[in-house]
Amino acid sequence: MSASPVYLDAATAAPMHPVARQALLAALDDGWADPGKLYTQARRARQLLDAAREATAQTLGVRADELSFTSSGTTAAHGAVLGGLAGRRRVGPTLVHSAIEHSAVLHAAERHVAAGGVANPVPVDRLGRLDLTAWSDAVRAPGVALAALITASHEVGTVQPVAEAAATCADAGVPLYVDAAQSVGRVPLPAGWSVLTASAHKWGGPPGVGLLAVRKGTRWESPWPADEREGGRTPGSVNLPAVVAAAASLRAAAVDASAEETRLAPLVDRIRARVAAEVPDVEVVGDPVLRLPHLVTFSCLYVDGEALLHALDRRGFAVSSGSSCTSSTLRPSHVLEAMGVLSHGNVRVSLHRETTEADVERFLAELPGIVAGLRAEAGVVGL
Amino acid sequence: MPDEVLDCRGQRCPLPVIAAARRMPQVPVGTVVRVLADDPAAAVDIPAWCRMRGQEFVAAITGPDGPAYDIRRAH
Ligand SMILES: Cc1ncc(COP(=O)(O)O)c(C=O)c1O
Repeated sequence: MSASPVYLDAATAAPMHPVARQALLAALDDGWADPGKLYTQARRARQLLDAAREATAQTLGVRADELSFTSSGTTAAHGAVLGGLAGRRRVGPTLVHSAIEHSAVLHAAERHVAAGGVANPVPVDRLGRLDLTAWSDAVRAPGVALAALITASHEVGTVQPVAEAAATCADAGVPLYVDAAQSVGRVPLPAGWSVLTASAHKWGGPPGVGLLAVRKGTRWESPWPADEREGGRTPGSVNLPAVVAAAASLRAAAVDASAEETRLAPLVDRIRARVAAEVPDVEVVGDPVLRLPHLVTFSCLYVDGEALLHALDRRGFAVSSGSSCTSSTLRPSHVLEAMGVLSHGNVRVSLHRETTEADVERFLAELPGIVAGLRAEAGVVGL
Repeated sequence: MPDEVLDCRGQRCPLPVIAAARRMPQVPVGTVVRVLADDPAAAVDIPAWCRMRGQEFVAAITGPDGPAYDIRRAH
């Protein structure tokens, strides 16, 4: 029997918002010309790009000239890290970052280290929350060029103490970069950052659009070969139809954000409570209170993560996993590792504007049986 | 030194954890079992299992046989 699909992986890519689709189609007709040229079609494209930038900047609370559209959240993160380090290379070689940053940030850090720089990861606690004392020590050490902190964990949902971390950075004179990919379009943004990035397909925009905001006065220097587009912060022509769609959907998502938070947060609470109560030997991870409204992660003891994803997929459920067997590197999620929580049998469920209470109920009704079935097959019942 | 060794090299998680979970109830309380496991997830999952089951995670060691994890049966 084939079950109707229930998509629960919004933290990877949310289904496209209807407003994004409309804007995309309209901009395909109207926004294909190069906005940098001096003819009529280009002027139309320029108007669309300016309007998209203006609207997005307003939602983020930044100036339009502080904002660039990049080709993904990953590119934006790479630029944020490498540009922030380049802009302050005379101050020192060190990047301070939380141990639970997205791989885009960690890979940029690896590049920095390979080029002779220093990266200093700061630990988190069992709930995935930054150790502020260790952060303060790391940021105040000599030679720190940039500090990077994710606003909320993309893997376990724990919201980070950005305001406190930012205050320490301000005190130490170190600019703070925040990866806000899981927050933009969903929850209010924290204050105190100098550089911010986000990703449109997390809020219902199209894939392949990222945001990079660099506050005026921040010593940030493009790490890329020279290109004057997008304020000189990211090279190449922008995918204008996708940018227009991203901007339109962000505006729509921001308008609905607090209502969606009110609707989704209790569904996540329900998942946390019911999974813990109805699936034996499960560890629900992440902060139960200081968390994103749409995301929940748990690990099932003795269950193979890949087998669990396939079993859920056969029943129509699309979810993600931080288990090593589901990753191309065969390493467990560095986030679960940093938290010291079980990494096998791991499932991340993330909700979006199309998720209904009935979807969540069906998931909760089927999960215990699916996990029990896998445990019976593996002969691990009663261990 | 451990009282006994469980060789789980070449096994992917959760198999080393399952092997430990099967063995621990069979040894006397106080026994230290060393789990040899080269799957990197074992470094996370064996201590997490000990915490969830109230067993004592003694230490992670890297010896001639590769990464190893000592567990003491606590109850
Ligand atoms: C926190 C975080 N940062 C960055 C990214 C990268 O964004 P993109 O998928 O647009 O490259 C993601 C998405 O995977 C994310 O969750």
